[in-house]
Amino acid sequence: MPSERRAPLALKLAALGGLLFLHGPILLIFLYAFTTEERSYQFPPPGLTLKWFAVAWNRPDIWPPLILSLKVAAISTALALVLGTLCAAAMSRARFFGRDSISLLVILPIALPGIITGMSLRSAFAMMDIPFSTWTIVLGHATFCIVIVYNNAVARFRRLSGSILEASADLGANGFQTFRHVILPNLGSALLAGGMLAFALSFDEVIVTTFTAGQQSTLPIWMLNELVRPRQRPVTNVVAIVVFAATVVPILIAYVLTRGGSETAGAGK
Amino acid sequence: MSGAFHPARGPGDRLTGLFWRRPGVLLALLIAPPLIWLGVVYLGSLVALLWQSFWSIDEFSGLIVPEFTLKTYAELLRPANFDVIVRTVTMASVVTAASVVLAFPIAYYAARYARGRMKAVFYLGVMLPLWSSYLVKVYAWKLILAREGIVTWAAEGIGAGNVLNAVLSLPVIGGNSLSTSYIGTFIVFVYVWLPFMILPMQASLERVPNAMLEASSDLGATSWQTFVHVILPLALPGIIAGTIFTFSLTLGDYIIPQIVGSSRLFIGQAVYMLQGTAGNLPLAAAFAVIPIVVMLAYLVFARRIGAFDAL
Amino acid sequence: MSGDQMTAAVEFLNVSRHYGAGPVAVKAVDGVDLTIPEGEFFAMLGPSGSGKTTCLRLISGFETPTAGAIRIFGEDVSRVPPNLRNVNTVFQDYALFPHMSVRDNVAYGLMVKGVDRRSRLAKADEMLSLVHLPDYGSRKPGQLSGGQRQRVALARALVNEPKVLLLDEPLGALDLKLREAMQDELKNLQRRLGITFVFVTHDQGEALSMADRVAVFSRGRIVQVGTPEEIYDRPATRFVADFVGSSNVLPPDLSARLGGPATWASLRPEAIRLTDTAPRARGRVTGLRYLGLGTRLAVDVGGTELVALVPAGTALPAEGAEVGLTWAADAAHQMAGEA
Repeated sequence: MPSERRAPLALKLAALGGLLFLHGPILLIFLYAFTTEERSYQFPPPGLTLKWFAVAWNRPDIWPPLILSLKVAAISTALALVLGTLCAAAMSRARFFGRDSISLLVILPIALPGIITGMSLRSAFAMMDIPFSTWTIVLGHATFCIVIVYNNAVARFRRLSGSILEASADLGANGFQTFRHVILPNLGSALLAGGMLAFALSFDEVIVTTFTAGQQSTLPIWMLNELVRPRQRPVTNVVAIVVFAATVVPILIAYVLTRGGSETAGAGK
Repeated sequence: MSGAFHPARGPGDRLTGLFWRRPGVLLALLIAPPLIWLGVVYLGSLVALLWQSFWSIDEFSGLIVPEFTLKTYAELLRPANFDVIVRTVTMASVVTAASVVLAFPIAYYAARYARGRMKAVFYLGVMLPLWSSYLVKVYAWKLILAREGIVTWAAEGIGAGNVLNAVLSLPVIGGNSLSTSYIGTFIVFVYVWLPFMILPMQASLERVPNAMLEASSDLGATSWQTFVHVILPLALPGIIAGTIFTFSLTLGDYIIPQIVGSSRLFIGQAVYMLQGTAGNLPLAAAFAVIPIVVMLAYLVFARRIGAFDAL
Repeated sequence: MSGDQMTAAVEFLNVSRHYGAGPVAVKAVDGVDLTIPEGEFFAMLGPSGSGKTTCLRLISGFETPTAGAIRIFGEDVSRVPPNLRNVNTVFQDYALFPHMSVRDNVAYGLMVKGVDRRSRLAKADEMLSLVHLPDYGSRKPGQLSGGQRQRVALARALVNEPKVLLLDEPLGALDLKLREAMQDELKNLQRRLGITFVFVTHDQGEALSMADRVAVFSRGRIVQVGTPEEIYDRPATRFVADFVGSSNVLPPDLSARLGGPATWASLRPEAIRLTDTAPRARGRVTGLRYLGLGTRLAVDVGGTELVALVPAGTALPAEGAEVGLTWAADAAHQMAGEA
């Protein structure tokens, strides 16, 4: 039986070592947010303090990027939820002409490097004289968030599209009643998970955003500027923790929502 | 008792009737919004990118000349630009190779040995770093690799400071500190993309049936022979799928080399600088076309050995 | 309509359902004419792919005819979508809504019709009692056994008081013992409610034991409609004889040799008796199988194997022995030769 097989020690060590390699660095951020050293990344920190959280809270230049990031992530997620769900609904139905091309088109924005999506949008804005705004950022973010929602919804749709929908119609429900009473309750957790992941992805995105934001600053762009030209390094660490939490919490929620199902959220980014 | 059927009770019923008589109408209504969005916003932009890469910039005025020319692509072949391409493709290849080696034990253990609780630990253990903030991860490495950071501290702590200095004094890949060397760039790339390699690899390893491994050892193969002749070929599509991610992501990244690395440019940085401060959109577009071409070639190759089944 | 002697609950008027067009078209249903009277327990019997399920889906509305018309209680429903038809289905996999309690599942049809919550839940509980599951209302479908799910599916369909109840392989997923119990129960339920039941099955035993009348399907067409006795005793074609029972199928030359007309004929195993005086046929015993109520005897008659069912208590010949066989003159039933 598989459960009785024992892994070779070397393999076990390599696997656990790999996991540690993936997690150790992130933990360091937490430590550095409490350091008393302001000008360098000295290790070990000469002392620990809580003051940077207060400093960060009072820094006026952090709030507008945070608000912009939240706004962009919320709008992009909403758009992606609608578009991704529609697409998944259509693709879960019978095969039709061009189906494979559409599934390729949905995946392309995350299959190709972000810089291509970013530079393409930048070119298009330049050619059409579209000025940068919140909406130019949203255009990019919603595009790569569609596939996240789509991936989460399509498996659930496939499971749904069988006789359950027919049973609903058979019992007298019209299409809208079936959507409200059968599809939505069954799709809900998958959509919520997809929305969470899309939000996390959008909130954190920096590569596409640098091409579509112009002079605006989202929180990741603010962080990027701090990394290139550091001012108060521990403040950046505090913001990093906030960004980290804003991405990890939705992921954990998405994981819990879809755990135990045949498809677990986030298996493809 | 009512008759054989009800009359339609409202617009909901009437629309349902229409969709039932003409299923194509519903399909079209469902697919149109996402298709229009992706077609116009995404494909439209890609076309704009391609289009612009065939324009050029007037050397004296610095203005864009919107006329078809291959001049911009010819500029890519200038040594300074060509170096950028070679450097990026080399880095992407090395990062991909290292990711395969590092990811395999994790994927193999998670797929074949981890059970129950351990399986969940491995799953989340890969999923969290995959999804958690990209920028924070890069930033963490800036802290680790800094001259005054934890690596130097640890190396000196165990008396290996000389080794670190020796490594840093190597030509080309060395530098002032780890955070300003190619070694640093390489480590961060591998770190950030590793989960993208582990997941498809694990998925394909999980599809290798146990009975097949038992059959192999039953037929007298050593575990190494089983590994080479059975496991590896069956896992190959997953490995290729993972390399598509790591290769593509490295080709297009410009944040990591900007934050951790020497001042020599990668394709992504070139694109970013050309479209921004330099204002040379056509050349930036032409540079951005390179990863597309390289990836298309790689995808064609991957498709031929069946890597897409594992995606 | 009530003045008529017999109201047709379901009528198929030369109905076809083809997929694709031209010479490659798949003819799932091909020119079916059928009348099912009100109050009948009707079975559609056939192998998979014979068109029986498509016919059921044509009645419920999940398929539309490419040609012909379908009438329910005299009204043409060919242009009426499933949700507006007064017809309900018990699905093969039951298709219970996994996110709803059993009670909400049963009340679903009333809910979408706008019946208020109290009366629809009361009605649902009433239906659950009818199918002997009075205390299961608050459970989720996932917590029920296969047989219980089936009862819920039945209650969910019946709560709407359909004019016709459709059952798609209703007993297919149940084990043997449960299946036999459900056969009786379905039959009783149908008698009590007086609703027309149309059910699809590939199991001839099920069809013969439950249905008032049976339609046998083959390749998109109905090859015979009749009572179970008619189907069993007088199969219209070789296909029916083969599919419906363990009948002996006699090719024309053998029929003629055995004293009948030179046509295909069927001969029931239980109609054959062993005899030593003036047998109709002689042959060598090639196999014996004990079945409890009797013994199944395989006899090689001039190259064709005839099967005889010998009742318990009769003296049995040994394997390899030469035996004489006889049957009543009208036991061999002539039929069409199409397979």
